[in-house]
Amino acid sequence: MNDENVTVVDARGSFCPGPLMELIARMKEIEVGDTLELLSSDKGSAADVPEWVNKVGHEMVSNEEKDGIWHIRVRKAK
Amino acid sequence: MKILIVGGGMGGTILANNLARRLHNELKNGKAKITMLSASDRHMYQPGLLYVAVGRMTPDELYRDQASLLEPEIEFHVDPVEEFDLDNNKVKSQSGKTYDYDIIAIATGSRIYPEGIPGLAEHAEYFYTEESAVKMFKRLREFEGGKVVIAVGVPHKCPMAPLEITFMLHDYFKERGILDKTQLHYTYPIGRTHSLENVAKWATPEFERLGITYETLFNMKEVDGDNKVLRSEEGTECNYDLLITIPAHKGMEVIEQNGLGSSGWIPTDRHRLNMEGRENVFVLGDTTNLPISKAGSTAHFEADALAENIAAMAKIGVPVRDYDGKVFCFIEAGKDRATYAMFNYQNPPDPKAPTKAVHWFKMAYNKLYWASARGLL
Repeated sequence: MNDENVTVVDARGSFCPGPLMELIARMKEIEVGDTLELLSSDKGSAADVPEWVNKVGHEMVSNEEKDGIWHIRVRKAK
Repeated sequence: MKILIVGGGMGGTILANNLARRLHNELKNGKAKITMLSASDRHMYQPGLLYVAVGRMTPDELYRDQASLLEPEIEFHVDPVEEFDLDNNKVKSQSGKTYDYDIIAIATGSRIYPEGIPGLAEHAEYFYTEESAVKMFKRLREFEGGKVVIAVGVPHKCPMAPLEITFMLHDYFKERGILDKTQLHYTYPIGRTHSLENVAKWATPEFERLGITYETLFNMKEVDGDNKVLRSEEGTECNYDLLITIPAHKGMEVIEQNGLGSSGWIPTDRHRLNMEGRENVFVLGDTTNLPISKAGSTAHFEADALAENIAAMAKIGVPVRDYDGKVFCFIEAGKDRATYAMFNYQNPPDPKAPTKAVHWFKMAYNKLYWASARGLL
C-alpha cells in the first residue's frame, strides 16, 4: 500500500468528541483521493466508522485491530 | 526565565496567574518574567452566551477587564502576535514589537466557521459571539411556532452545547406557551445523540420523553434558505422554520498563517502539552489538535498541569507531571436541572440523572468563574 498520502488521526483515548467525530473533522481538511488512518482505542469504532463512511459515500480501505488499537483507513471519495 | 503567554482567554489567564503564584520569589528577584499578549483588553466568560441566547443573562454580565484578572507581577499587553519565529524564540506583534522568550505558551483559542457550509451564516441562528447570541434571542422572541432544527458542525467548541441548547429551547418555548405549536428536531453528526456513549444513553430517552425528534449521522452540507431546507452530506434533508446551529470551528488564522498547524490546530503532545518537535513551545486550550473536548474546562485543567510543569522547569530544570486528559463539563438539562460529565484519557464519564442541585451549582460557577480565571479555584 502506498503510504505517501496517508494522514494518521490519533484518537486513542478520545471519549469526547470521540474517534468518529475526529475522523469527520479531518476528512474536511484532506483532498479527494487521500487517505486517513484513524487510531482508536474504542472498539465501537470498528462498526460506527464503516457505518458513517458507507452512508456518506467515502471508501473503506481497511479495518483491523492490533494490540487493542483499531487502525481504520478511509479514502475520501468526494 | 522569560515566559511568554500568547492569548488571554481561560487557558492563558489561568496559566499566567497560577505561574505567577508558583514563581512569586523568582518574579520578585528578577529570575523569571511573565508576559501576556492578548487580542483584547476584556475577558469574556464564553459559556454565558448560552444563557444570553435564551434571555437569561445579558452580555454585560459576561465581561471583566483582563488586567483586573491578572496578578500584578504579570506584564500584560493588548498586542496580538502576528508572526511566530519559533526557531529563534521570538514573536512579532501587531504593534511591530518583538518579544523574545525562553518558554512560550500558545493559547489563542478557536473561532466559529459557519462560512464552511453554504447558506449557514445567512440563514441560521447561533450563539457563539455576543452579537449572534443577542440576535438569536431576538429571533426566538418573535418565533410563534413551527419546526426548529438544531444542526451541529464539526469540530465544535463545548460538546455539551448541542444538548444544552436543545433542552433550554424546549423549556423556553414551554414557558412562552408555544411548545404545542413547536417541533424541536435535533440532528447530530455521528450515529447516536452525543459523542459520549453514556451521555447519549441519558439524552435519547429524555428527547423521547419530551417529544423532541432526532436524526443521527447528519452532517451539514448546505442550507437552501429560499426553501428553508437543510441538506446533509449523507444525502438526507430536513425542512425548518427556524434553524439553530452549533457551527464548526477552526483555530485562529494566525496559527495557520504561520504554518503551525492545519486548520489552526497545533500538533501537541497529549501528556506534556508541548508542540510536537519543540521542547520550549507549549499549547493549551482549543489551540491543540488533541482529540479531547474543546472547552474551557479542558483549558483549565491543562493550564493547571502546565503551570506546575513550567514552574518546575524554572526551579529544577524539568517538568514534574503529565496532563491526564481530564475534562469536567456541566450539562444543563433545561431551565432548572443539570448533570455533569467528568472523564480523562483512560476513564469514560458516567453521568447521573439531572438534579436541581447541580443546576444551581452551575449557576454558582457562572459567578465563581472569575475566581477560576484568577487561578484561585
